[in-house]
Amino acid sequence: MRVEMKNLSKHFGRVKAVNDFSVILNDGELVCLLGPSGCGKSTVLNMLSGILPVTGGKIYFDDEDVTDLPPEQRGIGLVFQNYALYPHMTVLGNICFPLEIQGLPKAERIQRATEMAELVHMEGMLHRKPKELSGGQQQRVAIARALVKRPNLLLLDEPLSNLDARLRLEMREEIRRIQLQTKVTTIFVTHDQEEAMSISDHIVLMKDGFLQQHDDPQALYNEPANQFVADFLGNPPINNIKGAIHSGFFVAQNGDKVRLPETDGAPEGVKVHLAIRAESFMMADEGDESCLHCTVENVYQLGKEEMALLNFGDTQVRAYLSFDYGLKAGDEVTLQVRDRGVFLFDLETGRRYA
Amino acid sequence: MKKQNRTRSLLGTVTYVAGIVLALVGSLTWLFKETGSLPFAVGLVAVAIGLFLNHSYKTKVLSLRGIRYFFLSVGALIMVFPFYWMLVSAFKTSAEMNLFPPSMLPKNWRNFNNFVVAFQTAPFARYFLNSVATCLSSVGITTFTTVLAAFAFSRLKFPGRDVLFSLLLSMMMVPFEMLVITNYTTIVKVGLNDTIWALILPFTSSIFYTYILRNFFVSIPEGLYWSARVDGCTNWRYLWKIMVPIARPSLVTIVLLNAMASWNSFMWPLLVIKKDINRTLPFGLYTFTTEVGANNELLMAASLVVVMPMIILFLFARKQIVSGVSRGGIKG
Repeated sequence: MRVEMKNLSKHFGRVKAVNDFSVILNDGELVCLLGPSGCGKSTVLNMLSGILPVTGGKIYFDDEDVTDLPPEQRGIGLVFQNYALYPHMTVLGNICFPLEIQGLPKAERIQRATEMAELVHMEGMLHRKPKELSGGQQQRVAIARALVKRPNLLLLDEPLSNLDARLRLEMREEIRRIQLQTKVTTIFVTHDQEEAMSISDHIVLMKDGFLQQHDDPQALYNEPANQFVADFLGNPPINNIKGAIHSGFFVAQNGDKVRLPETDGAPEGVKVHLAIRAESFMMADEGDESCLHCTVENVYQLGKEEMALLNFGDTQVRAYLSFDYGLKAGDEVTLQVRDRGVFLFDLETGRRYA
Repeated sequence: MKKQNRTRSLLGTVTYVAGIVLALVGSLTWLFKETGSLPFAVGLVAVAIGLFLNHSYKTKVLSLRGIRYFFLSVGALIMVFPFYWMLVSAFKTSAEMNLFPPSMLPKNWRNFNNFVVAFQTAPFARYFLNSVATCLSSVGITTFTTVLAAFAFSRLKFPGRDVLFSLLLSMMMVPFEMLVITNYTTIVKVGLNDTIWALILPFTSSIFYTYILRNFFVSIPEGLYWSARVDGCTNWRYLWKIMVPIARPSLVTIVLLNAMASWNSFMWPLLVIKKDINRTLPFGLYTFTTEVGANNELLMAASLVVVMPMIILFLFARKQIVSGVSRGGIKG
C-alpha cells in the first residue's frame, strides 16, 4: 500500500512535535523513520495508526483519505517497543486475538495463527505464556500478532530497543526477512542509524519535527542534505573542520588549505565546516599544497584496519589509515582528502554547498 | 564461614530438640493448668545442655531459629485461642461450661445440641440466608461498578475526569458514620427501610476499591490498549477480555475484602432493620446474645455458624487476603 503524508503537523499545546511533514512511501517498502529522541518520529507513527489525531495535514493510504479514520478501520498492524503482549494469554491466544475480534471461526483462527507462528519461527512455543519467553521471542510473537490479520501497513515503534545487542542484530534481519516474505509495507521507527541503514529501502530522517532527508540509505550517507544528516549518520562520526572559502580552496583556521573540486554556490569568504568521513583521508603526496597537518594522538587497532585519533589544531579528527604507515602516537602526518565523503556545510545554517 | 565441626553429636541434637518440645508443652500446661512449671524448667535446662553438647555453627543457627519459633508459637497460640475456645465451647454442655478449672476439650464432639437449640431459639437459617443474599448481591454489584469506574478513570479520556476523580477521593475522607445519617434519611424517604434492599443498595459502589483498581489499571501498559484497539477491539471488550483477566489478583483481593466487610457489617443493619426475619447474622447474633443471656455454649455455637463462612473463605484465599491487605495499606 502506498502511504502519503501531506503537510502533516502535530502540536501538543505550544510544543510543535511535527511540522509540515510530507513524505510518500511506496508499496511494499520497508521505510525507517530515523532521528534522535524527541524528533517526532513516534508522533508521526501514532498519527499514521490513528492513535493521535492530526493537528493539520492529510494522510492517504493509496488514494483514500484516512486522516480522520479511527485506528480499527485503517487496516494496520502495530508493534511496540515493550511488545505489549497480553500477559494472561498464551502465544497462540495472543496471535489469535485480532482474528477473534474479527469473529473468524475458531478453526480458521488457529490455522492462520499457526501459519504466522511458523513465519516468525515460534511454532514450537504456541502454548507458552509471554513471561516464559525471551525478549526476542516476545517480539516475534508481537510481530506475528500484528501480521495475522494481513494488514496493509505494518508499524513498528522502536521494536528492537529493549533487546540486547546480539539479539537486536538477529531480530532486525528477521524483521527484514519477514517483511520481504510478506511484502507488507512497513514503517520502522528507530533512533539507531546502523539499524536503519542496514535493513531499510528508504530512510526518512527527522529532527525537531522537521523532515531532514528522505532517500535510500546509501544516498543518505553519500549525499547528506545538510550538516545534521552528515553528523547523524556514520560511525565514527564525521569530522568537522572549521574554516572559510577562498578562491576555490577551503582554508582552515591555521592556514592549511584543501582544494575543492566544486564549490557550488559557496560564496567567497563564507565560513564553513569541511565535513570529512573517517574513510576519506589519505596520506598527502609530497609537495601538495592541499593538505592538513595533524599530530597523531593515538592509534586504535580494529583488526582489519586501524583508526587514528589525530589532532588538527584543537579539533580532533578520526581517520581510517592503512597499517603500512606504521603510525604511532606523537607522529606528525600530512593528510589529504579524497573526492568522496567530503562535504561543505555553511557554518551557521548547516546548508550544504558541496 | 566455618564449616560445621567436630563437636556435633546425636545426643546433643536430641537433647536440644526434646528440650524445646518439653519447654513448649510445659509452658502451655503451666499457663492453663498451673502444673507444668517443672517440665518447662526441665525443658529449658535440656535446651541448654543440648546447646552445650554440640556448639557448632549449625546448632547456633538452629537454636536461634528455635527461640524465634518458640516466641512465634506462643504468639500464634494466643491469637488462635479465642477461636479454639469458641469451637470447643460450642460442643460443650452447659454443665461442662461451668466447670472449674475449665476443661480444654468437650466430653462429646458429637454434641450438636447447642446448634439445634440456637437454631430453634432464633431464625438463624433465615439470618444466614439474608447475610448470604446481601453479601453476594452487594459484592457482585460493587465489583461490577468498580470495574467500570476504574476503567473510566484510567483509560477513557473525558473532560473533567481528573477533577471528578479527586472529588471522589476527597469523599473518602468523610467517615462512614457521617454517611450513615444521609443514607438513613434517603432509605427512609424511598420507603425501603426494614427491607433487604436497605442492606444492599447503599453498598453497590466503593470509592476505595475503585481507587485501588484504577491504580492497577493505570499500571497496565498503554501499548496493550492500542494494540487491541487497532485490531478493532471495543473498549467494552478490551475491558473484559484483557484488563479484567490481567487485574484478577487485584480483583480477587477487592472481592474478598468487600465480602468480609459486608458479612461483618453490623451498625447499618442495626439502624435500618427492625423485623426479625430481615436481620443478618451479626445483628441476629447480637439480639440472640441478649435473649439467651448467660448461656455461653449456645452463644458460641451461634458464633461458630456466623464466622464459619469467613473462616472457610480465609482458608481458601489467605494468600490473596494477606497480600491485599498489605498492598492496600489499611483495609477500608
